[in-house]
This record gives sequence, C-alpha cells and structure tokens, in this order.
Amino acid sequence: MNKALTLLAAGVALAFASTAAQAGDTYNAVKKKGFVQCGINPGLPGFSLADSKGVWKGLDIDMCRAIAATVFGDASKFKVTPLTTQQRFTALQSGEVDVLTRNSTATIARDTTLGLMSTGTNYYDSQGVIVKKSLGVKSASELDGASVCVLQGTTTELNLADWFRSHKITYKPVVIETSEGGFRTFEAGRCDATTSDKSQLAALRASSSAPDDFVILPEDFSKEPLGPMVRQGDDEWFMVVRWTLNAMLEAEEYGITSKNVEQMLKSDNPNVQRILGVNGEMGKGLGVDNRWAYNIVKQVGNYGESFDRNVGKDSPLKLDRGLNAQWTKGGVMYAWPIR
Amino acid sequence: MAGQDLAPSPRATGARRARRWSWNDPTTRAIIYQVGLLLLVGLLIWYLAHNTLRNLAARNITTGFDFLQQRAGFSIGESAIEYSPTDSYGRAVLVGLLNTLMVSVVGIVAATVLGTLLGIGRLARNSLVSGLCGIYIEVMRNIPLLLQLYFWYALVTEVMPSARKAFSPLPSVFISNRGLRLPWLQGNAIEWMLGGLALAIAACLLLSHWSRRRQEASGRSFALLPACVALLLALPALGWWISGAGFVVDRPVLKGFNFQGGFTVTPEMFALLAGLVTYTAAYIAEVVRSGIQAVNKGQWEAAASIGLSRARVLRFVILPQTMRVVIPPMTSQYLNLVKNSSLAVAIGYPDIVAVTNTILNQTGQAIEGIAIIMAAYLVVSLSISLFMNWYNKRMALVER
Repeated sequence: MNKALTLLAAGVALAFASTAAQAGDTYNAVKKKGFVQCGINPGLPGFSLADSKGVWKGLDIDMCRAIAATVFGDASKFKVTPLTTQQRFTALQSGEVDVLTRNSTATIARDTTLGLMSTGTNYYDSQGVIVKKSLGVKSASELDGASVCVLQGTTTELNLADWFRSHKITYKPVVIETSEGGFRTFEAGRCDATTSDKSQLAALRASSSAPDDFVILPEDFSKEPLGPMVRQGDDEWFMVVRWTLNAMLEAEEYGITSKNVEQMLKSDNPNVQRILGVNGEMGKGLGVDNRWAYNIVKQVGNYGESFDRNVGKDSPLKLDRGLNAQWTKGGVMYAWPIR
Repeated sequence: MAGQDLAPSPRATGARRARRWSWNDPTTRAIIYQVGLLLLVGLLIWYLAHNTLRNLAARNITTGFDFLQQRAGFSIGESAIEYSPTDSYGRAVLVGLLNTLMVSVVGIVAATVLGTLLGIGRLARNSLVSGLCGIYIEVMRNIPLLLQLYFWYALVTEVMPSARKAFSPLPSVFISNRGLRLPWLQGNAIEWMLGGLALAIAACLLLSHWSRRRQEASGRSFALLPACVALLLALPALGWWISGAGFVVDRPVLKGFNFQGGFTVTPEMFALLAGLVTYTAAYIAEVVRSGIQAVNKGQWEAAASIGLSRARVLRFVILPQTMRVVIPPMTSQYLNLVKNSSLAVAIGYPDIVAVTNTILNQTGQAIEGIAIIMAAYLVVSLSISLFMNWYNKRMALVER
C-alpha cells in the first residue's frame, strides 16, 4: 500500500502544481537548493546499494555524483530517493527527483508518452535467464512449461512473453515485486528460472550464498540500454546530464584518470586540454564551471574507473566490459566529442 | 415554482403551507448551507481535475483510458477466464478483478465458518477448548497480516519438496513447492453435472424454506439434511447419465519441469487464502463471541428449562438472536478481508492491484491506474455493504 500512497501523492502533486514546467526550471531549482536529487534503485549490487555505513555506492550512484560534480564542483552535493520500478517514472514526472539514475531502459514509449527524456546510456545490458545448474538446461529454448520468476512491471515482462511466444513454447510467470524477492523465491525452488537484465542476474548471483550453483543462459532476449532520464521541458538540465556522461567517457578514452588528472592538466594534447577546461570555454555553454570535467574525474573517476570499481574486475560482480568497452576497444561506448 | 418544489410536502410540515424565505427559518438556512457546500466541493473537484489535466499536458504525459484497448503483452500466472499476452490491457484488468473476487468470496465463506466455530469455542465450558481458541485469537490479531502472508508463502515455497520429489498423500494428489495438484474432470458431462448441482442447491433452499413454514404452522419437523444430501448426489449423477457419461478424469502427471493437467492451487493463492482466512477468522470469532454474550442469560435458562440440550439451545435460540447483533461488525470484517486481499502483490498473486500496477508501470498512466483500482474496490465494497445492509434489515427485530 505504501507504493500506492507514493503514487497517489505524486498524483496529488500534479493536481496542485500551479505552473507548467518551463525551460531552465529544473536547472535553476537544482542550483538554488544546492544539491541534486537522484532517483535510484533501492538495492542493486554494483549499481546502487548502501554499504554497512549507509553510504550509497555503485555505477548509477557514480553517475549521480558526477552530475553533482558538474553542477557544483562537488560530487558530494547529491541526495538520493530510492524508488521501486512502480514509483520511478511518477517520481520523476512529478518533480520529486531531478534525474533518474536508476538502471532504466530507454524506450520510445517512455520518451513519447511519459514526458521523459533519455540522456544517454551508461550501461548496455540485455535480458537473460538464470537457472540452477542442477536442472541441466543449456538453452532457454529448453524451458517449455517452466515457471519463471519475473520482476513486476518492467520491460522484462514483455520481452519474456514475446520471446517465449516467438519460440512457440509456454511458461508460467510468477510475478514478484522486488528483484531480491524474486531471486529468493527462485532459490527456494518456486520457479525453474528467473529473468531480468543480465547485470542484475549477475549481481543477485554474486550476493547469493552459493554463486556456483547458478548458470546464466546464453540467450539475449532484448536490448536494454540503461541510462539516466530527465523530465522534458528543460533543455539546459538535459544537456548537463548528457554531457556529464560524455565527459566520463571522453576522459577514459583519452586516458585521464582520477590518479593522473593533475599531470594531465599540463598535457599538450588539445583534446585533453579542452576536456579539462585548460583551453576553451566548454563549460560556459552548459552554464557550469569550465573545469567541470576535471571535477568529475578528480572526485568520481572516469567511466572505466567507475565500471571496474563497481561492476567490473575490481568488484565482486566481475562483469566483462563487453559492449560497455570503449569503441576503440571493441565496445559501443562512443562519447560525443567535447569540442 | 422553485419554491414550491423545494418546500416539504404538506404531510411532513403539517399545518404550515407557505415557505418563508427568511434567514431565521432553519430549513431555509440548511438549504442555503448545503447548496453552498455542494458548490464548493464541485468547484474543488473541477479545479483539481482541470489542473491535473493541464499539468499532465504541459509535461507531455499521455492521459485517458485509451490504453485499455492496447495489447497487454505480459502473461498472468493464473486466470479464471481465457487470457494470453495478445489480449488487451482491459482484459488483463478483468482477469485481476476476477482473481480478487475469487479470493474474496472463498475467503469470506471460509473465514465466516472458521470464525464462527472459534467464537463458539471461545465460550465453551471446556477450558482447554476455550483457552486454545483464546490463544489463537490473540496471536492472530496481534501479528500484522503482511508478515503472516510471508510466513505462509515461505512455508509453501521453502519447506515443501520440489516438484520431482512431490509429496503424494493420495494417488494423483501432489503437494510440492509448485502448489497443490488435484485430479480434475474433463469432458462435456461437466456442464451437465454443474447444472445438476445448481438445481440441487436451489431445490434444497426451497425445501428448507418450505420445511420451516410447515414446522411453524404444524409443528411437524422434516428430515431436511438427508433429503438435501440425496438431492445433491442424485441430480449431478442424473446430469452425468443424461449427457452420455462423457468425461474423463484428468490426472496430474509429472512432465518436464512441473505437473501437467489436473487442477492447481498455486502457492500464491494458497498463501493468500490461508493468511486472509486465519487472520480475519480471529476478528470474526470476537464478533461472534460478543454477539453470543449480548444475548440475555435468561434466554439460555429459559431454553434449558424446556429440556433442550446446550447445542440445540445454541442453534435454535441463541444464534438466531446473535445474528442481529453481529451483522454490522461482520460487514466491516468482510470489507477488511476484501481490501486486505490487495496485499497479494507482496507474494505475487495476480490480483487487481498487482495486474494494474504492472499496467501502470508499462504505460506510465499512474493516475488512471490508481483510479481503476480505487473504482474497483469502491464498487466491490459498496456492493458488499449494500447486501449486508439489506440482510441486516431483513434480520432486524421487527418491533410493533
């Protein structure tokens, strides 16, 4: 019921809101209140999870910190609102949060009917299926008649139905509200398989008591470009979020890391100089400090550092860079140039 | 003209004929206050609706109920009617509503039976029985329902064996963490047998009415129970015979990942029903207990003095009088049960809230989605309330 209440509150907020959104509204409001309010996943290892001290960590949290670094020059000037899948879009629509950094898939329906705008992709994902090794299944096409645990109300539910129908096999969904709940139900044996974005499956497997008992099947059910979303109607704010992501990617491409950023200030590479604000007035157009990208890299790190620390080789998840590698290294991470 | 229309009928006002349009007339004042309040409320609603729509439009958010015709695209675990992902969102809502109604009806009947027994047990002279009933009531009433639902769900999914090691207490009956599988009937005889059953139930109701009349008139009692049992057995059997005995028993068999065929009670439905029934029964038990205690002690003594046994006193003298007291609080319990069924979302039973949440999340039409849920509960609750009020009036003591 708590969820319904939040939604109701958001509806009421829309009912009483007096003015329509105007250009610059969000951007000005963020500057005025002195922090960025990010809508995040309440608990997804590697992407956003509070540690034992209550500090939020993860790839999506780093995205939020980077936006704070862009706007205020201080990555700590952010606050988070944990949101379930049901709450997330309404919370953004009604202005409860300024930006959604919550592993949400960019789709045309969300951009065109929900009044939202995807700003870019900070993780290229795909939907997959995880099963117990003991089941002896090698491919999702062997799952005819299986019970599948699925998270409520995500694109996952649709992709699952589409994939099974196109392969002319049947399944019984068991729809669970939270991803941990779904995985626990699956672990207990209520479902033969559970489906979600592969990064989530890896995260859930890593946090289970016996990670080696599970196997993620090779099939990809869908494309899931996950990235930050903002409300429509504020181009300035949209650009701040989009270019924050680009700056993190550009920094990685040009080898600027949180460790060498001070030396890089003296680099004679014109690209590096533009990114770090030594040369040119790139920040001004965005309405932020010229050294915004420097602030991001110094305080948060470049995209690759954030990836390795949260979901990649230095994390318990140990996800491959795969599609998320730079375009120069066989991936599809291709930042628009800062020039 | 208007003045005449508003004026109370001559019968009500007695001698007074003309309306005095004066502020000192309390009736006039009341009318003015009420019209003013109505205007204010109307204005507020209009303002909220108008402003919401304007804000939604300004934020490029689609509004309206057109999405109900779109293809839903997601599956639903259990449904009383045919449903596939190619059906519309509207049909998905209907599936959810029927699931809610199913759980509510079964839950209300079961909770009433269990609650009444517990309430009577609470007052038993055997202190073991009354003590146990008391403990049950206190424990159930003091644990939040959500926790109880989690408990029942965990009991099925984590404690029960897997499908391949299913526990089989009777041939072709399987209990596993996939739920309870029972043999079921299949074939064209089913409709005939169901028709026979409906006919038998109707006949029993008529028969009981007639036997009561006869007993009141002549004092002769009629063996109602054996007659009804005979009817309930004979009429479906007759239907089966007429239709050419065309049915087979559909036995569940383990095939692939799970049992195929037969009738299933899923763990989600079981957990929800078990939780709702055991929880609400505790409250109903208290309602029944207080109702019984509200009947004057003299009624017990008077009935006992003509030599009736305690059980017969309870059945023929006390419970009929108890009904008058318990119907209003019982109505509240029924409404609570229906509304509490929305907690189904926590354990994955596809009730109307769960289904509409999914739709709301896919279409993003939060306001419409919540409106559908609210309207559904409002209609169901008001229907129950109306029925119970009608029943209450019928049962109420007619004083002359």
